[in-house]
Amino acid sequence: MTWGLFLTQVLNGLQLGVLLFLLAAGLTLVFGIMNFVNLAHGSLYMMGAYFGAAAFAATGSFIAAGAIAVVGTLVLGFAIERVALMRLYSRDHLDQVLATFGLILVFNEVVRYLWGPSSIYMNAPEALSGQVTLFGLNYPSYRFAIIAAGLTVAAGLYLLINKTRLGMLIRAGASNAEMVSALGVDIKFLNTMVFAMGAGLAGLAGLMAGPILSVQPGMGEPVLILTLVVIVTGGIGSIRGAFYGALIVGLVDTVGRAFLPILLQMTIERSIAQAAGPAIASMLIYLLMAVVLALRPQGLFPVRHG
Amino acid sequence: MVDFRSARFWIPLVVLAGFALLPVYAGLTGQSFYVTLFSRILIYALAAVALNFVLGFGGLVSFGHALYMGLGAYAVGILSFHGVTNGWVHLGAALLIGGLFATVIGAVVVRTGGMTFIMITLAFAQMGYFLAVSLKQYGGDDGLTIDARSLMGVVDFGNNTVLYYAILATLIAALWLFNRILGARFGFVLKGTKSNERRMLALGFPTLRYKLSAYVISAMVCTLAGFFLANFTKFASPSYMQWSVSGELIVIIVLGGMGTLFGPVVGAIVLLLLEEILQGWKPGIYPPFEEIVNKHWQLFIGLFVILVVLYAKRGVYGYFAEARRE
Repeated sequence: MTWGLFLTQVLNGLQLGVLLFLLAAGLTLVFGIMNFVNLAHGSLYMMGAYFGAAAFAATGSFIAAGAIAVVGTLVLGFAIERVALMRLYSRDHLDQVLATFGLILVFNEVVRYLWGPSSIYMNAPEALSGQVTLFGLNYPSYRFAIIAAGLTVAAGLYLLINKTRLGMLIRAGASNAEMVSALGVDIKFLNTMVFAMGAGLAGLAGLMAGPILSVQPGMGEPVLILTLVVIVTGGIGSIRGAFYGALIVGLVDTVGRAFLPILLQMTIERSIAQAAGPAIASMLIYLLMAVVLALRPQGLFPVRHG
Repeated sequence: MVDFRSARFWIPLVVLAGFALLPVYAGLTGQSFYVTLFSRILIYALAAVALNFVLGFGGLVSFGHALYMGLGAYAVGILSFHGVTNGWVHLGAALLIGGLFATVIGAVVVRTGGMTFIMITLAFAQMGYFLAVSLKQYGGDDGLTIDARSLMGVVDFGNNTVLYYAILATLIAALWLFNRILGARFGFVLKGTKSNERRMLALGFPTLRYKLSAYVISAMVCTLAGFFLANFTKFASPSYMQWSVSGELIVIIVLGGMGTLFGPVVGAIVLLLLEEILQGWKPGIYPPFEEIVNKHWQLFIGLFVILVVLYAKRGVYGYFAEARRE
């Protein structure tokens, strides 16, 4: 276990963390403001990856692919919100879970129909195909770019939410949506805006994940479940919680998978450790979430009222 | 009092009679395929009836009941793997493991509610899923093939028809059990907790204990469904615990009619038959479209689920059962 290996794993964890944050930000706001469980958020991520991969293959420009992926998912998010999901805001969570579960099936099959059942590959852009050197350590520059882009978006979101009028309305909506609408704000428009923005961020995450993961039908579900863990751990409705939660989950998952089996081998018998290590490592974040919820049901960084 | 004219009386009667006669029909027509199809339907109906006990009557939206199906299946699979073929041991182990997991997990989850409850049950089911995937000695990702069905003495599970009737008998027993519980004081406390937990607490009921007991009972019946599933497919796979299976169980409940005892049985018939029909739909009117339907049937299931949620919330059985009562 060398220092360089550890640092690489931390960076990988950070990279997973920022991707999760892009997804969690939109999802947690939709939870917080509309009180809506959107399981189809992972499908928007998948659509972003497909839009990006298709556009990159057609144009050869990663910037164009990015624009198409983000705008495409934004429009898609807008459309599904207006056509179906808007009617479900006042329904109970069970209905929301079911309807968005149905949407996942629909999106997976649409993708399977349009792009085929097997995964498609997408290369990183030429300029980012090399490596960067950090503290004497070589790290793929594309992964590093993901971390940088994710942190930039996080900073932008922070400014948007804390310094602008729209952000003020979003914050107000998250703490008391009824009061905001009573004060004369067009809450319907605000809802659609937030939903579409969240969809766009999910699309961005999908695009960025495209070159490092395989783009395939159903790729949104594992990520969605991680995102749910993030927002529940961080505190539902809280952007701050989504950010710290994403980093915690990303780091715990990646570093745990890499080092827990080794750590176990040093403490308990080798054969047991080899069997139990990967199992415990893959369950680690769920254990973390269960412990957090048992001790602090509102999450680690809940929305501050007042 | 049983009202003999009500749909609540005759729909279950007709459906269960149909189930009982199905193998006879299959035998006469030589279509043994029906027995396997309806075995699967019965297994899903059993699991959905169990989930509906906490979901429809207790208001606990568990998005992780597939976990218990998986546990039941792996109890059979792992014991068979080690050469234990006695079915009663399998059954006992499945119920014991299911009950144990449900007690520990339930003790954590029933303290939460609403959205958190949905998420945390999902998380526990995922934990089980990853646990199964990482059990390399038991097949890991690929699952575990079971050499022979459980040996249950005179009841020969090796015969598909016998297995079918065993599942049917278990389903009827489960329906009877839940009917009794829901008519008893326990059931009334559970339903009261669903409609207003604070009031029940103020009345002095320890609602947590009631919810936990209901959760454990429901989970154990689900484990039973898993026990039958493993016997039916001769296979235990992590995919039984996949979150989409939990979703499917909820779809079955809502499709049939949430909060009605018999609704999930109707829901299981409708959903699984629909899946089967879509996959083999060939009326020959416009073949290219039919091919798309056969291949991408999940698309239509998805649309169907969305439409049911938006416009037909009472479910198939719920619709008839309530229409007659008015």
